Order: sequence, then structure tokens, then C-alpha cells
Amino acid sequence: MSTQAVHVEAHEHRDDIRSRMGMWLFLFSELLLFGGLFLMYSVYRFMHQHDFSIASKEMNTFFGTMNTVILLTSSLTMALSITAIKRGSRKLSIFFQLVTILFGITFMVNKFIEWSAEFRKGNFPGSAILLNKPPGQILYFGLYYSMVGLHGIHVLVGMGLIAFMTRLTIKGIINKDDYVKLETAGLYWHLVDIIWIFLFPLFYLIT
Amino acid sequence: MASDSIALDHNGHEPSYLEYEGKHKGLLGWILSTDHKRIGILYLISILSFFAVGVTLGFLIRLELLTPQGTIVGPQAYNEFFTLHGVIMIFIVVIPVIPAVFGNFFLPIMLGAKDVAFPRLNLLTWYLYIIGGTLVLLSLILPGGAADTGWTFYVPYSVRTGTNMIFTLTAVFILGFSSILTGLNFLTTIHRIRAPQMGWFKMPLFAWSLYATSWIQVIVTPIVGITLLMVIVERVFHVGIFDPSLGGDPLLFQHMFWMYSHPAVYIIIVPAMGVISEVIPVFSHRTIFGYKFIAYSSLAIALFGSLVWAHHMFATGMSDTAEFVFSLLTFVVAIPSAIKVFNWTATLYKGSIELEAPLLYALAFIFLFSIGGLTGIIQGALNVDIYLTDTYFIVGHIHYVVFGGTGMGLFAALHYWLPKMFGRMYNKKVARVAFWFVFVGFNVLYFPFFILGWMGMPRRSYHYLPQFQTYHVISTVGSWILVIGLVLMLGNLLRSLINGKKITERNIWGGETLEWTVETPPTFENFENIPDVINGPYEYKQNEPATIEEEVK
Repeated sequence: MSTQAVHVEAHEHRDDIRSRMGMWLFLFSELLLFGGLFLMYSVYRFMHQHDFSIASKEMNTFFGTMNTVILLTSSLTMALSITAIKRGSRKLSIFFQLVTILFGITFMVNKFIEWSAEFRKGNFPGSAILLNKPPGQILYFGLYYSMVGLHGIHVLVGMGLIAFMTRLTIKGIINKDDYVKLETAGLYWHLVDIIWIFLFPLFYLIT
Repeated sequence: MASDSIALDHNGHEPSYLEYEGKHKGLLGWILSTDHKRIGILYLISILSFFAVGVTLGFLIRLELLTPQGTIVGPQAYNEFFTLHGVIMIFIVVIPVIPAVFGNFFLPIMLGAKDVAFPRLNLLTWYLYIIGGTLVLLSLILPGGAADTGWTFYVPYSVRTGTNMIFTLTAVFILGFSSILTGLNFLTTIHRIRAPQMGWFKMPLFAWSLYATSWIQVIVTPIVGITLLMVIVERVFHVGIFDPSLGGDPLLFQHMFWMYSHPAVYIIIVPAMGVISEVIPVFSHRTIFGYKFIAYSSLAIALFGSLVWAHHMFATGMSDTAEFVFSLLTFVVAIPSAIKVFNWTATLYKGSIELEAPLLYALAFIFLFSIGGLTGIIQGALNVDIYLTDTYFIVGHIHYVVFGGTGMGLFAALHYWLPKMFGRMYNKKVARVAFWFVFVGFNVLYFPFFILGWMGMPRRSYHYLPQFQTYHVISTVGSWILVIGLVLMLGNLLRSLINGKKITERNIWGGETLEWTVETPPTFENFENIPDVINGPYEYKQNEPATIEEEVK
């Protein structure tokens, strides 16, 4: 029987395009998930122009801008970590991955400070102060907490993902010749960044 | 799962996937297996179990409606019954069933591959599925009562009702996630790991139907995910999104719900159409008529089906322009479905037909789905829909499409592929008898719905006027016939797995697609070598079924 010989050759060859394709499709579905929220935002903004404008003035643009800078820079460090591994410098790649995670943590800490301030003002779901405001403003804050909150969860997941990649890089599983995992994690991180780029003007800048 | 060598048994044969022993043994060898075939079987067992729960609830609903006033349960329990019946049947049974069971098992084999693109992700989808299903069952058992909103979860009631809504909503969210990941996996599989000679137009039509379905799954499921997530957020944190008392717009919920749930009808039906496209050429021994039209019509359904959602909302006071556009698109989406029906009947024409159980179910599919489809067109007409909306007419329509369509497609697939999956043949005579019980029971049960609806019987109603009783009694008797048929059918299949006639012949029915060239039941790696794909999937012209088996040997 010659079948035995066949199996020894039957190694599954690595297919990086397959992994990237899977991630792109997943990101596509993520975009549509947020797309649902953006749809709600545009419908309610259309219905309550004035209230949205008043409510958005309560946002702290300083924190928003800082977080935008932080997240954009973190996308840069993520890209740098991939370039580093491609060029074979593992230590540099690990350094940039850790910096990316650090940026993520800073982003979340800022968010925490910002939300605490809003909560002190009484702008939180179910509070008597908020419920006394006109419906458009209740909706604005409802959407703000939902959209930014869901984005925050994605930042946390992204950080976890990168931390896992750092472990794989230290172990040498992600290396100069096989870095598609890091690349797809990077794609996810850029998605988190892109969604923020739309959230920032919608909640902080347009008044 | 690239294993360097596989232990051969004493005859020098590879063990089948059922006997194959990997890292884990026994039960763990199943629930930790990333083999697409074993995952397909896991899905089969779990989905059929949920199907039994759904059928039981449906049976109880019919029993309750035997008399105009209360028969066996109170109104609250009745509301919970029809909600759970809908949730289980739609989200837990018919949406996943054909892709997750037969898609998982046969898609890689049909493409000449050893597994799906992401085997571990595939196993994850099953775990998500089980978590979702368990949450729904928990909502039934835990104090507070199961969801009572109907399977559509319309706000504001779904925000305010005191029942275990959160369980049900979370379950549907998780099931949606599972569905997206399955779709993503299949898309990547079809794009990346077909056998080298398996061109797009050499793919079996079942693979084409899964391709279209997977796109719908990936595109629309996130929308219902986020919508239901927002209802959960609204319930838990009192965030204003949909609840009108907080400024929200309940109609926005309806739009977003149907943006998913209408295309979901096509997630449900298109794979079943794929099954029918496999069964009909095999049992009429003819090349399928209009291969490319059937393939493209799946994509056309996926495209147009995503643009018709608001025809569920004609009675909500949308603008006339919107109503007109959605009505028109609803008529348009009927065209690709009709193309398929015409092609199937053209395939049967002058074929040498073998009236085995799979073909019987396929013919039932065509007949019942046509009724379901045409009654859908009736409701797509604006003026008629204003009269028929929220009556039993729509309940009849959904059951003819979903049960008459996907249900029959599922039964056809079970009778067509189960012998291949387990290497055992069921009793063909019992299968045919069971079919007639199912078919007659189905029509006696659901056809009166159209008449009731036309007479004005509102749906989801616990009480009804005495003049409707005759039809309700007929319908309930139909449910008994149907249940007898289902028990007979599933019992026959189950019995065959235990002591049915063993079969080892590869090509059981004389099919031309690749799954009939591998061993029965398939080996762990499906193929000894990546197969050469010379013929198209339905080339019956010169080949007698028997010769193919010899060619392979």
C-alpha cells in the first residue's frame, strides 16, 4: 500500500492570505455592527438637531482630542512593530507592541476620568438630572455611552489581543518568516482606531 | 490539523472519521474535535434536540387553540409558548441547520478539501451555539418566565416586560455571533481551499448556495446583533435608545430588526435550495438545467433580499414613496426564486426519475415553497397587505416558506446524506410512508391558516371568535398527523443508525459530486490525494452511476 507515503507529504501549507481574508471579513462585520449604531445616531440627530447640538457642548473636547492623538499614535507603533518583525528585530517589535498596549491603557484611563466627570454632572443613564432634559439630549447621552462604551470594549479586546501576540513573539512563534498573526492583530487595532476617528467628530466636534 | 501519519487498521485501510482516534478519546474526542465532519454531527444532534423542543411547543400551541377560550394553558403561558416556539425554530433551528450540519460536513468534501479554512473557529461556533441555546432554555426554567414578546422582540414591550428577556436577547446575540463566524469560515473556505481544478463553475450548487448564504450572514447579522444589544443596554442601564418614554423611536427598532430578519429568511431558505439543486439531478439522472442561472440566482436573492425589509412594516405609516419602493423590490426578489423553481422542474422533464425519499421531499419543497412564495407576493402588494397584515395569513405564509421550504429541504438532506455520513441505510419503505404523513399533516395543519387569515383571524391571539373554530380544529388535527409523520421519519432515521443495513459503497445514489467519490463513511482526511476535478458536478450524459465507483477504485 502506497497510501502511507502520501500522508507524510500531506502537510498543510501555510496560507497567509487565508488568515488575512478571515480577519478582513470579521472587520467587515464589525464595521456593520458599528454601522447600526451610526445609523441610530444619524436618525436621531436628524430628528433632534437642536438638542444634539446643546448636549454636545457638554463634552470635554480636551480629553477627546488627547485620546484621538493617543490612539492615532498607537496605530503608528502597531505598524512599526510589524515592520520591525519583518526586518527580524524581535526586541524592537516587542517594544513597540508594549508601547501600543501602554497607549491603549492611557486611552482607557482618560476615558475613565472623562466619564467620572460626566457622572458627577449627573449626565448618566437613568439619573434624575438627565431624565429632566429634553428627549433629544437623553438620546444623545444614551448614544454617547453606548457607542463610546462599545468602542472601549473593543480597545480592551484589542489590548488583550496584542498582549497575546507579544507572548507569541517572545516565544518565537511570531517571527521574521511567520508574522501573519501579528499582522491580523494589527488590522484589528487599526479598526478600533478608525471607529474612534468617526466617533470623535460626531460627539465632540460637530455642534 | 496536519497530522504526519495516520494509523492504518489491520486491512491497511484508513479508519473512518467515526472511528478515528486523535489526541482525545471518547466524548472528548467529539466535543474537542476540530474535524469538520464531527462538528457537523455535533450540530446535527444539538439542532435536532432543539427541533424536538420547538415541535413540542408548536404542538401545545395547536392544542391550546382547539377551543375558542382557554384549553390547556393560561394566556401568559400561551404568549411564552409562541415566543419560544418562534425563537427556537428561527434562531436555533432553521437559521443554522443546513449550513452548520450539512455545510460543515460536505462543503469541504465537495470542494476537494480536507477541512474548512479555520477548523478551531468552527468548533468555537458550536460552543457559542450551545451557550445561546442553553440561555433560551434557561429563560424557560428560571423564575420570571420566558420571553413573551413574540420572536420579533418589538419595543417598547420588550424593554418593559418583566420576563427573562435578557436571557433570550443575549442568546440571540450569541447565536448571531456564531452565525457570522460560520459564514466567515465558509467564505474563506470557498475562496481559498478549493481543489486546484475546482473552478467556480465546477462547484456544486450546494456550495454556491452556501456562498450566497454566508455573505448574507456576514453582512446582515451584525445589525440585529447591535439592535438587540441596545435593547439589553436599555433594559439594564435605562439608556434611552428605542423606548419612546426616553425619546426613542420604536419604529427605528422595527426597521433595524427587519434589516436582519428579512434577509434571515434567505439565510434560512437558500441553503435548502442548494440541497434541492443537488437532489433533483441525482434522482432524475439528468444534468441540472440552467446551472449558471441557479448559481447566480442565489447571489441575486442575497442582493435583493437585503433591500426589502420594510415590507414587514407597511401598516406603520411610512411615506408612500418608501412603501412603493419596498413593494416593488419585494416583487423583484420573487424572480430569482422563480428561476430556480423553473430550472428544477425543467431538470425533471424527461429524466429517469427514481422516487426515493430525498426526491419526494424535494418535490414537496417545490410545491410548498411555491405556495409560500406566492402568498408572500400577495402580501407584498400594498393594498392587500393592509388588510392581511397581522392575521393568520402571514402565519400560514411563514410556515409554508420556512417549514415547507427549509424543513422539507432539511428532510431531503437527511435522507440524501445521512447514509453517507454514517454508512447505514434507513428503511426506504418506512421513509416513504413517513413522507406522506408529513406532507398531508403539513397541509392540513397550515393551509387553514390562509383561510383563517382571509376571514380576519388575528395572529398571536389566545382567544378567538367561535366562527373560526372549525378551521382551528382541522388545523389541530393536522398537527397530530404531522407529529406522527415526524416521529416516524426521525425514528426511522435514528433506528437506521443503530441497526440499519451497513453500506460501504461509495456512490449510494449515483451522484456526480465529489462527496460520492470518497469512502462511506468518509475517512478522517476525506481524500487520499487531492482529487482531480475533470467533470462538472452534474455531467450525467455518458456516465452510468456504477462506473464512477470503479473509476475511483
